[in-house]
Amino acid sequence: MPIDESVRKAVLAAVPSLRAFAISLCGNVDRADDLVQETLLRALANIESFQPGTNMSAWLFTILRNHFRSEYRKRRREVEDTDGHYAETLKSQPEQYGQVEFKEFRAALAQLPPDQREALVLVGASGFSYEEAARICGCAVGTIKSRVNRARTRLAELMHVHSAEDFGPDEQTRAVLAGGE
Amino acid sequence: MDELKRVGQQKPMEAAATRKKVNSKPAKLGREVQAKLGQQLRAMYDEVVNQGVPDRFTELLNRLDGNGSKDGQ
Repeated sequence: MPIDESVRKAVLAAVPSLRAFAISLCGNVDRADDLVQETLLRALANIESFQPGTNMSAWLFTILRNHFRSEYRKRRREVEDTDGHYAETLKSQPEQYGQVEFKEFRAALAQLPPDQREALVLVGASGFSYEEAARICGCAVGTIKSRVNRARTRLAELMHVHSAEDFGPDEQTRAVLAGGE
Repeated sequence: MDELKRVGQQKPMEAAATRKKVNSKPAKLGREVQAKLGQQLRAMYDEVVNQGVPDRFTELLNRLDGNGSKDGQ
C-alpha cells in the first residue's frame, strides 16, 4: 500500500494534535498512542474516502473520535468501572504526562462528562471552529456551543475558581499561563 | 494545527505583575476566568503537541508504505 507523499505529510502533521486529543479522551498516554495508531491504520485503509482539498486533520479527528466512542468506552466500562476511577488514574500517575503542574486542571478535566470534555478540547485547544467540532462529533453547532459552555462552568466549579485570583498558588503554572498572552 | 499558540516559555515575572484584583462573580463565569481556563487547557494540550511525532508513527507509515497489507490489519 504505497502512501502518497502529500497524504503522508498531512497525516504526520496531524499526529501531535491527535495524540493530545486522544490523551484528553482516554486519560492514559499508552492507550492514547494505541488509539492514534489504530486511527492511522483505519484512515490509510480507507484513504479513498478522504476528499482531497478538505481538512485532513478534521477527518482524522473524526475517525479517532468515532473509534474511541465505539471501542474504548465500551472497553473501559468492562474493565474499569467509573469516571472516578479514571480521575484516580490521572492523579496517581502524573509523571506519565510529564506535567505535574497541570495536575489539578487535568483532574478537573477528567471529571467532565465525555461529551463536554471532547467539545471543550476540540474548540478550546485543538483549534477547530464550532462548525468543525460539530461535524467531528456528529451533532448540531448549538449542541457543541452549549457543551463548551457547560464544560467551562463545570471546570471552574471543580477547580473552585470564581475569579482570576483563585488560580492556584503554583507560580510555575502561573508563569506558563501568562506566557501565552 | 501547526499554528497552535505556544504557551509556555516566557516571562514569569510579567505574570506576577499583571495579576490584579477582580470582583468575584460566582454566578456567571467572568471573561478573565474563562481566559485563564482556556490558557491552562491549551498549555496542557500543547505540551503533548510539542513532543512532536513519536518514532512509532513514522515507523508505522514506513512499514505501511513499504510492505503492503499485512501491517494494515
